[in-house]
Formats: sequence, C-alpha cells, structure tokens
Amino acid sequence: MTDTISQKPDVEQFDAQAVNAAWARKPLYEASRKIFPKRASGQFRRFKWIIMLVTLGIYYLTPWLRWDRGAYAPDQAVLVDIANRRFYFFWIEIWPQEFFYVAGLLVMAGFGLFLVTSAVGRAWCGYTCPQTVWVDLFLVVERAIEGERHQRMKLDAAPWTLNKIAKRVSKHVSWLLIAVATGGAWIFYFADAPTLLVDAITGNAAMVAYGTVAVLAATTYVFGGLMREQVCTYMCPWPRIQAAMLDEQSLVVTYNDWRGEPRSRHVKKAKAEGKVVGDCVDCNACVVVCPMGIDIRDGQQLECITCALCIDACDGVMEKLNRPRGLIAYATLDEYSDNMATATAGGTSTINPDLVRDADGSFKNGVRHFNWRIIFRFRTMFYFGVWALVGIGLLVALGARNRLELNVLHDRNPLYVTLSDGSIRNGYTVKLLNMIPEPRTIFLSLEGLPGATMSITGIDQPEGRSFAVPVDPDKLRTIKVYIRQPLGNVEAGKTQFRLKAEDKGSNESDVYNAAFDAPEKK
Amino acid sequence: MSDKEIDEISGTETTGHEWDGIKELNTPMPRWWVITFYITIIWAVGYMIAYPAIPWVNSATKGFLGYSSRADVATEMAAAEAVQSQYVDRIATMPVEEISSHPDLLQFAVAGGSAAYKVNCVQCHGSGAQGAPGYPNLNDDSWLWGGDINAIYQTIAHGVRFDGDDDTRYSEMPAFNDILEPEEIRQVAAYVVSLTGEPSDPSLVEPGSVIYAENCADCHGDDGKGDIELGAPNLADAIWFYGDDENQIATQIANPQHGVMPAWAERLGDTVIKQLAVFVHSLGGGQ
Repeated sequence: MTDTISQKPDVEQFDAQAVNAAWARKPLYEASRKIFPKRASGQFRRFKWIIMLVTLGIYYLTPWLRWDRGAYAPDQAVLVDIANRRFYFFWIEIWPQEFFYVAGLLVMAGFGLFLVTSAVGRAWCGYTCPQTVWVDLFLVVERAIEGERHQRMKLDAAPWTLNKIAKRVSKHVSWLLIAVATGGAWIFYFADAPTLLVDAITGNAAMVAYGTVAVLAATTYVFGGLMREQVCTYMCPWPRIQAAMLDEQSLVVTYNDWRGEPRSRHVKKAKAEGKVVGDCVDCNACVVVCPMGIDIRDGQQLECITCALCIDACDGVMEKLNRPRGLIAYATLDEYSDNMATATAGGTSTINPDLVRDADGSFKNGVRHFNWRIIFRFRTMFYFGVWALVGIGLLVALGARNRLELNVLHDRNPLYVTLSDGSIRNGYTVKLLNMIPEPRTIFLSLEGLPGATMSITGIDQPEGRSFAVPVDPDKLRTIKVYIRQPLGNVEAGKTQFRLKAEDKGSNESDVYNAAFDAPEKK
Repeated sequence: MSDKEIDEISGTETTGHEWDGIKELNTPMPRWWVITFYITIIWAVGYMIAYPAIPWVNSATKGFLGYSSRADVATEMAAAEAVQSQYVDRIATMPVEEISSHPDLLQFAVAGGSAAYKVNCVQCHGSGAQGAPGYPNLNDDSWLWGGDINAIYQTIAHGVRFDGDDDTRYSEMPAFNDILEPEEIRQVAAYVVSLTGEPSDPSLVEPGSVIYAENCADCHGDDGKGDIELGAPNLADAIWFYGDDENQIATQIANPQHGVMPAWAERLGDTVIKQLAVFVHSLGGGQ
C-alpha cells in the first residue's frame, strides 16, 4: 500500500484512488470466465425439477391438445391462425378487433410479475423464466455427457484428444437437437399441429415455418448453451427493473452473516484459540452450485436470479455439521437487519454470533425467522387487487361480448340520389359479422324512417323493411343496401334512423345508428 | 523510411512526418475494415459487368445476366393478366346480361368496371356517377336510352350523337324559337312543369297543353312520359337534365342543347365495355 504518513503535518493526505487510475486500469472487454455449476440436491432443486417438467410440458404439449368446435372451425385447442386472422384458446375465439383481450392479458402478466417479485423476489427469474429452464435442461445434458463439475473443468483444460472431441461433439449435437425441438414446437401454435408436423418432415411446410424453426433453434442453442448466465446479466432488463420492485419485506436469497461470520475453515483450532466462530465453514458449496457463478455471501447482487440452489447446498452442509439449516435462506431485509443488529449489539461491535444464541447453541427468542404473514401486506395486496380487477374485467367483458356485429358505412359520393318519382335513395355498405363457427341467418331490419323501404343487391326479394341475410360461419359478409324514402315522407337534411341485425335463434342482436341524407330544401 | 520510429508515450509507430516536434502517429484503418472495403470494390466491378450499369447516349450496357426492370414489370403484368384471364375469357364469350348470374364474374366485372369508369367516365359523369347538368346521373332510375343492361351496354359501346359511329344513339329536338312565339314557349314550359305535379300558372297551362299536343306529344308522348326508343326524355318525372326551373325549361324548348357521348367500343374493347355496363347497372338504378 502507499505510504499515507504525511511529511508535512499541515497538509492532509488522502488514501484515495481515481476510479480509472492508469496503473489499475483493466481492459474494457474482459473475456468471460466459464462457470461449471455443480449439481445441487435438496428441496428447492426438487421444486425446480417439477417446475421444469411442468413448464416444458405445457410448452411442448399444448399445440397437440384438441378442442371440438364443430365443422366450421379448427379443432386445435390453442391456435394463432394468422392466415385467417383468428386466435383460438379453448372455448374462446378472438377476432382481430378483439385483440385488446390479449393486451389485457399482458397487463395481468405485468402486474403478476410485480406481485410475485414484491412477495417472493425474483421467483420468475429463478424458477420459470425460459432462459433459466432451458439452461437447466442444457446443464442436465452437459452433466450426462461430460460428468460433474470437476470432470468438466478437467475436460475443459485438457488438450484436444479424440475423447474430448467425441464428448464435445455429442454435447453440442444434443443441444442442437433440443434447440430444434424447441423451435419446432413454436410453429405448431400457428397451424394445425399434426398436419404441420407431417409437412415439416416431408419438406412441404411454408418457408416461414422453417425460418422460424431455424431462428428459434439458433437463439435457444446460443442463449441456453453458449451464453447462459450472460443473457441474464447483460441482456435482460429485468435485473434492473427488479430493484424498483423489491422492498424491505421482499423475500430474497440471503446469506445470514449475522450467524455465519466470522467464517472459519478450522473451527476447532479457532475455538481453542478463544476466537469467535460463525456457522460458515467457508466450504464454498454455495459458490460451486451457483449457475451464475457468484458468491451469495457478498450480499444481494444484480446477477443473483434467486434460484435457491445455494440454499440447498448450504443446508446439506449444515445438516452434516449438526447445525440449524438456513445459514443461506429466503429472508427479508427487515428480518436480516434486526438479526444483524442483535448480532452486532446494535452496530457497536463486529459480528458476534454468540449474541444470537443461547448457551445451548439454539437461537434466542428475539431472533426473527421467516413468517408467511409478511406476504400479506399493502403492496402485495394492491398488486393482487389490480391484477384481479383486470382479470375480472376481462372475464366479464368476455362473457358479455357480442358474437353478432353490424357496421354501416354511408355512401358519401353521392350522398343521396333523387329518383324519377321524387323519392330519395341513400346507399349503404353494410357489414354483418357472424362471429361464431356456425352458419346463421341474420335478419336486417329498418327502424325509424317512416315509409322507407330497402333493397339489398344480391338478395332476390322485393323492397321491404326486413331482410333475411344468410352469413357463412365465422365470416364477415358485406352487402350493399339501398334505402328509399317516398317523397311525401322525406325530411330535408339529415335524419337519424337505426339498422338492426338480429339472430332469431339465439336472440343476439346489434343496432347501428345511421343517417339518411336528403336535399336541404325540396 | 527504412527503420520504423516508435512513439514513446503511446507505443504506436509514427509516420515519420514531423511539425515543430509533433509527430503523426500511424494508425491505419483496421484490417477487417480495409478488407471489407476492397471486397466491395471487387463486388462493384462484378456488379457492373453482370447488371445494366454504364449509360451510353441512347442506351446502356445490358449486363451479362440480362436483367431488366422493364422485363420484370412485363413479367408481373403477364402474370396478373394470366390470373385475370379466367374471368376475362368467360366475360368475353358471354352475353352481357348473363354476367350477373355468376357471382364471381359479377364481382370481377363490378371491380373492373369501376376501375375503367374512374379512368374514362368520371370527367363527365363525376366520381360518384352523380352527373351534372347536361351529364346524366347514373345512380338514378331515369334512363334516356334505357336502363336494362343491354341498353346500357349499347349506349357505352356506341355513344350518343357520336359522328364516328353509325350505330350511335341519335335524337334531335328542333329549336322551337323558329316555330313558336316566345309567349307560346312560356305556355308550353308552364304546362310541362305542371306535368310533374309542381305548381304553375293555370292561365298558361291551359293554352300550353294545346301547343304541347300539337308539337311535342309525338316524341314525348301524350302523358309526357317520353320514349326511350326515340331518346325523348320523360317530362313527367322529378329528374331534369338541364334544370327544373320554368325558365330553364323554356330555354331548352326554344334552343335545345344536345350532349354528345363518344363511342367506347373501339377504344376500350368489348370485355371492358361489358364490365362497365355491369358496373353502371349495379349503381342502384339498373332495370
């Protein structure tokens, strides 16, 4: 270290260093160091296996679920039919103009993420994020082929022998196969899955299908196999956003240094010397299992995805040493700070774990432990409330929505036509939307506009005030409607009237307020 | 130039150029950049050989690949025509009144007729086919020469009072200021207005009816309903070609205007005329 003792006592010397001091400057682009996570085992690892199975199962199997919608609609339970501009989700069918339901779902997803993060921290990152799930899957493959952590490190350092080449090739080929299957599953959401599978294998699928598979396979392979933790650390915005979501009551994976420090590798020797010894034996089990390659004992950090594998690793060690589990645990900042204050006697001393323990080694009564009630606080309840409100609103809107719609466009050129008997005729382009997958006969009738009659191009029926218009299943039908009002009934200028579309079978109806134009003066 | 000089501070080679003790560092473009630059030059030369590139006075080099954007357009046009031919060929061989009984042909003909209308007809009949004084409104149900599809087809193909076509529609109303006195013309005008049910001076209407019966009824009919065969307009309806005012009617009796519509058969061809006829017929007034 530099000598800070001043030659001239009247000039204060500082022990400081410029943040970019030349002698300490490091290259801007440091090569990333490889991480070889060790397999962990314990309750959280088990939970993660289950979540992995469930999420992967949902992703791969959903397109294969069938749902009977009758003869006029596809029978795939979840289908984004871009060619016909329809979105099917089990019993729900969405037309393009109803896409706000999907926007509502996104709002729910956003508040859901806020809710989960404020309650249990970055659970999304640690358990269900596709990046996490697929990296986990790729690590399973890597372990199966190249072995456990130390074997992989040895293999990585070894020269390129035939054995190493064989292992590496089979690993990357397996990864690529998973990647292609991942990209492959995606396209089944956009077309009839069984048909598309046959087409894709026989080379008859659309170019865009192969392109999508290629792009998604490439991103899966690169993100899940090659980049792994770098995606979370450098590419993903969520680690930055989460800082705004967490508060003192949020559960995060915490190293409880109030009982772990001072850490010691030689507990007996240190105790014999009369030193204070914490629970941490500095075995680094928490470091070797971490898929992000960090040391949780350095405290909360951006890289931590709270996958809780270090908790499993540490609990295993604590059990062997007959010490209570939870040296690394889910804890809130509040609990941690209180316990820390106890262990440091209110911040007056360095950490002394003896202050949190009774003589028999068990924790004192004042030591705070995790309490479920902490999840039910205003912030989480607020997020839950908003989330539930949006959800209820969507359900209500979905239940009340009309599957029969009527749109009327008034001809503007010319606004009206005077006929030889002096009556006035207006033209309208009428769109009838039959939004159910069954053919329907929609009755279009005139309300108001005394004396007026209408005729519809293409429907062979004398002029009248009500027409039966057949509309194909799940289709929009555009018809040209002419409305004629006799001279004696015509009012100058604009007259409001209503066109009503009605399905007499289901009693569904829709009304459009339209205008009838006549000359300003006769 | 022989030995390289290294700058002490930056450790970079200098170019050897010096101004007042300041030396220029030799920091060339990155190698990858230079290589990319050379590749683009080579590419450009190849491109100029392969594609049309160098302009001469009246033409340009053709390029070895024989590419031409004009040929591209011709190909696309041919493809579009090939797609349309399935409709066009059927329309060509079909009588015009049959087209509307085939929904696909009807749709095609209305769209095609609408496009042809926008190019050839809007100048007189207006963009909404609403017409103007002297130019008929095609939306209404009043037809000078007949409103069924064959009559419309005939009118479009051969025109009205068009010199260059022997089958053109022809009618001419004599100028009555040579035959009748101005007072008599006013009486006839008043009578004609009364035919539509509008109020007019009874003292003029009565003598007017006599003059009408002697001079006008031959073409316009005893009841004033006109005659499509002769091209004589219906005087008893609400639609007036040159204005519904009594003075305007009197002017038209004294010195009638006669509009001319060109024959389109030669210019547009039979299939387009058929499509136009279907389109005009579909506007709401077709009979």
